[in-house]
Amino acid sequence: MPPAVRFVNVSRHFGPIRAVDGVTLDIAEGEFFAMLGPSGSGKTTCLRLVAGFEQPDQGHIEIFGETAEGVPPYKRNVNTVFQDYALFPHMTVAENIAYGLKIKGVGKAEREYKARVALAMVKLAGFEDRRPVQLSGGQRQRVALARALINSPKVLLLDEPLGALDLKLREQMQEELKALQDELGITFIFVTHDQGEALSMADRVAVFNEGMIIQVGRPIEVYERPRSRFVADFVGSSNLLSPTVAADHGGKAAWTSLRPEKIGVLPPETPVKPTQAHIDGEIKMVGYHGSISRFSVEAEGIRLAAEVPAEDGAHFDEGDRVRLVWPKSAMVVLEDAE
Amino acid sequence: MSQTVTAEGDGAFERLSDLFVARPKLLTFLLLLPPLLWIGIVYVGSLFALLLQSFYSLDDFSGLVVHEFTLSTYAQLFEEANLQIILRTVLMASFVTITCAIIAFPIAYYAARYARGWTKALFYLAVMMPLWSSYLVKIYAWKLILAKEGIITWLAQALHLTWPLNEILALPVIGGPSLSFSYIGTYLVFVYVWLPYMILPTQAALERVPVNYIEAAADLGADPRQTFWTVIFPLALPGIIAGSIFTFSLTLGDYIVPTIVGNSRLMIGQAVYTLQGTAGNIPLAAAFTVVPMVIMGFYLWIAKRMGAFDVL
Repeated sequence: MPPAVRFVNVSRHFGPIRAVDGVTLDIAEGEFFAMLGPSGSGKTTCLRLVAGFEQPDQGHIEIFGETAEGVPPYKRNVNTVFQDYALFPHMTVAENIAYGLKIKGVGKAEREYKARVALAMVKLAGFEDRRPVQLSGGQRQRVALARALINSPKVLLLDEPLGALDLKLREQMQEELKALQDELGITFIFVTHDQGEALSMADRVAVFNEGMIIQVGRPIEVYERPRSRFVADFVGSSNLLSPTVAADHGGKAAWTSLRPEKIGVLPPETPVKPTQAHIDGEIKMVGYHGSISRFSVEAEGIRLAAEVPAEDGAHFDEGDRVRLVWPKSAMVVLEDAE
Repeated sequence: MSQTVTAEGDGAFERLSDLFVARPKLLTFLLLLPPLLWIGIVYVGSLFALLLQSFYSLDDFSGLVVHEFTLSTYAQLFEEANLQIILRTVLMASFVTITCAIIAFPIAYYAARYARGWTKALFYLAVMMPLWSSYLVKIYAWKLILAKEGIITWLAQALHLTWPLNEILALPVIGGPSLSFSYIGTYLVFVYVWLPYMILPTQAALERVPVNYIEAAADLGADPRQTFWTVIFPLALPGIIAGSIFTFSLTLGDYIVPTIVGNSRLMIGQAVYTLQGTAGNIPLAAAFTVVPMVIMGFYLWIAKRMGAFDVL
């Protein structure tokens, strides 16, 4: 069976800017796939290439085995939830949702029925006759979702769909989107710059930088085994150890990533197990974040960040000498430390 | 002496601005007062005086205005000759408006969607520049262009196309001895002089249609033609309506264009001019002036009913 979406060495240039630069990627049917990266990394352009708003300058794109180059957006069986929703202001909520059906020539009664069902699915029953301006951000987001899904797309594209929502609502929508995807079983491709969102929702994540895919994998792989300094830094945060420092403290003589939450903060002279590595230093800064405390420790001329549960961190203060301890297995050798 | 938070004796301006900060409505009121007086007294007041005049009548024997309330002046509007004037003017205004809308849309669309940098500057220059020169100069220039000895006749001769020109001029009602003495000529000049008033609001409306509405329509399966009729056109409609208010009402009230370019049959503006001048029939002139207002009122009411302003 062909993949839902296939990119073969795809490039898209805007003048001198290589927005997408040689991307090769397969996205399987039914997958919840996240494209993660900073702004300008090419993730949104990739999404637009799938939607058909952009055409590749080089390479080849397939959607369910069919060549996508030259096929206009209105002939593709994919639908998009836009970043700012792009709801039509001159139509009611029901008319917005039924737009795709109306274009296809579906009769009025069936359109209205399906729009009601779709609205109920996104928990907005009774909002049929409102205008988009009368809705809150979260409600607009749901309407945009219903408007895309009513067309039964084979692939749903979501461009930073939660970006405009406040934190609580975002967390709630994350769960709902995930549940919806499980229920519908269609392929979701999701663009975000929020690594937490990508890790918590996606089956697989592609990390983008400067138009290229830096790493693809399951969230746990990308987080636990970053292959490059960029991924180690962008997905979560990371201490970067030089080959010398790494070799001196239980690792290999290579650039190494060490996650702050893997590091324990203990009193000086605490005995260390053979599977653990340690370094002694002085606390330069303490940040209290409610559930965790974040320490910045200067040790042997480098700065290390450590995150510990807040109650464990309560014994220490700025200026204290401490011993930082971590399992040697938490040290991840980076293939690319540029 | 104890220090106080309020700085006292800081001068009149200081105290005035403190007062405005404390009472923002006072500032709004003061700012609005002059324009409100202007609109209220000078503008609405004179309109009201005009309306009042239309309810008086002219004594046919003495030629004096009888200051008694009557509807007889309005009844005169429905006499055959006056109805002809109204109908002629409304038809002219309608054709001019429709033509302006059709010509303006592609120009406005290009300017709103594609023109950037210097092409945009060129667009504004091209649309606005005709407005900088005198209206009379432009109309007389058109009279020369359309005259029997003018460029169009000359060009038709040079291209051996005199016969289609003559065919056009031979058309009943709208034709005439030359373009400059026909309804066609009047219509062409009206379209020319009011076109910018249609382009600019249409362009402003199109400019406010985000590209992603068009992408969203395409994404949901609409081909370019469907996208145009279901998304772009409805969203541009308030702008087109705004433009048509200009072109329609300006044509309804104008008396200079039909006087210089056109045949001897009157339009509303010319009727008002003649009636209040040589004829001295102010009441009927006033009644004629009310006609465009009533027509515009109806026009806007229908546009509203059709949902033209739903987007606003």
